[in-house]
Amino acid sequence: MSGEPLTRVAALGGIYSNHQALRVAIDDARERGAQVIICLGDLGAFGPSPDKSAAILREEGIPVVRGNYDDSIARGLEDCQCGYTDPRDNHYARISYEYTLANTSSEHREWMSDFPHHIRFRMGAGPEALAVLAFHGSPRRMNEFLWETTTPTHFLQGLAAGHGADVLLGTHTGIHWSRPLGRGRWYVNAGALGRPANDGRREVWYTLLEFQDGHLEPHFVPVSYDVEALADEMLDEGLPDEFIETIRSGWWTTCLEVLPGKERARGRW
Amino acid sequence: MARVELAVVDDSPAVELEALDQLWFQVAGTVCNLRCKHCFISCAPDNHSFWFMTREQVAEALSQSTELGVKEYYFTGGEPFMNREMEAILADTLEVGPATVLTNATLMPPRRARRLARLNAGSIYTLELRVSLDGITREMNDAIRGEGAFDRCVEGVRRLVEEGFLPIITCMRSWPEDETEDYLEGFRSLLAEVGYHRPRIKILPPLLMGEEAKRTRGYDETEQVTHEMLHGFDLSQLLCTRARLVTARGVYACPILLESPSARLGDTLEEAAGRPARLRESACYTCYLSGAICSNTSSSAGSDR
Ligand code: SF4
Ligand code: SF4
Repeated sequence: MSGEPLTRVAALGGIYSNHQALRVAIDDARERGAQVIICLGDLGAFGPSPDKSAAILREEGIPVVRGNYDDSIARGLEDCQCGYTDPRDNHYARISYEYTLANTSSEHREWMSDFPHHIRFRMGAGPEALAVLAFHGSPRRMNEFLWETTTPTHFLQGLAAGHGADVLLGTHTGIHWSRPLGRGRWYVNAGALGRPANDGRREVWYTLLEFQDGHLEPHFVPVSYDVEALADEMLDEGLPDEFIETIRSGWWTTCLEVLPGKERARGRW
Repeated sequence: MARVELAVVDDSPAVELEALDQLWFQVAGTVCNLRCKHCFISCAPDNHSFWFMTREQVAEALSQSTELGVKEYYFTGGEPFMNREMEAILADTLEVGPATVLTNATLMPPRRARRLARLNAGSIYTLELRVSLDGITREMNDAIRGEGAFDRCVEGVRRLVEEGFLPIITCMRSWPEDETEDYLEGFRSLLAEVGYHRPRIKILPPLLMGEEAKRTRGYDETEQVTHEMLHGFDLSQLLCTRARLVTARGVYACPILLESPSARLGDTLEEAAGRPARLRESACYTCYLSGAICSNTSSSAGSDR
């Protein structure tokens, strides 16, 4: 990263093979003046043709943090390490995992095997500069879910202090949220670019971290993309109707088991 | 005598607390309005071996817990709503983090359900109600949980659902494993009848302790965790590596071993957090086989491979 202090960084959460949204988000972030774009992992799952998203990220030279999905695909593990116990969730997780594993080229798998667990960088300059720690689930565990309504502030403060970070930047849950941790510190969950946020809207989200006047502000940016083009491709690839319904309706239809009560109650299913 | 006991203790594997992610409260002691046949700590109206916790006792542990980095709070008993201070305790808890109550839902008048909904709405954290229901018919459930339990529980669930909760229905499996899908279907249609159309259901493996051991069979001698078994095992699957249980009489390794004196690890949370749990009970064997059955979901279980 160049000598200029970073004041504008874009973070992309789980891509889930949504190459349509990925393309739009990268262009949008550049237009908004992002100096750096990073991806927080989980390139595959859910969407079609995983190689397309991987190719875009490589072409753009976007650094990627290792997600549980990337870890599984790179190592050819048996499952995606989301740990579903509900038989229905498990069934769909299996379909998308097997599809993604079968359709990721060995070249891309090799590229993924080098993804780091953490990426550190600083935003701002001088005494007000903030140390940002980017990871997938949590700094201590790649597949840990940090939901807004089940993650205490003191817990996040402890994680930040324990890992020498002012700003914790993660994803994994698929729903974006943020919380100030006092003294200018933040936890930011970038949500997912691959799938709507279970809010009945078709847009997906990425995050813009802005450092201004000595303060950091996270902004969540909605991304409109060609949902029907993605839906057609998913249909052609034989992916489940339930997944297509999610991108068309904005409501999650699978992987519901892991949602805490409040997040689940806000959704439709 | 003491020497013999010491030898036994030394032989069992000891596991350290990795992180205090879950703090459990034996908030109703062993007091319960029901007298279930399978209750693994034999709770009943007249079982006073552990008494209610006071709001102050809980508040003290809550304030220590923030330093220790606790992520989730769980309340169990007995029946937590037998504790008259339960709602105030929940209000205190929801100021610092998410709370889950393990309840039989038979003490759930509409006013209480409404107040709980207000508590939930007033916090940035989730209040989860985890309701035990052990059958899909009155006969099946009440044979285990006592006459009248089914109707009152189902009514309690209806009230919670009407107030916007999505209670987690837990059921201890009392059928062959391959029939689980049929039973799940049975639960879904039962719950739909009371307006619960997207139920969260969790089937638990039976724990052979307390009344349950008398009802079916106890563990046999070989069902114990050994050092060899832990070789290469993901220890984070065991609740005692991520949790402690606070009671009115000291802090225990986990909510399952309330009746094992050796599982009492200290007077204070800090003390108990610093001491390892001994996997000397046969119940540890069930944990070993089943993983973290006590948490709400698999969401916080398991480490990276
Ligand atoms: S299983 Fe639960 S409801 Fe039944 S007696 Fe024990 S504590 Fe009470
Ligand atoms: S019963 Fe389970 S959680 Fe409790 S000490 Fe034994 S292994 Fe650990």
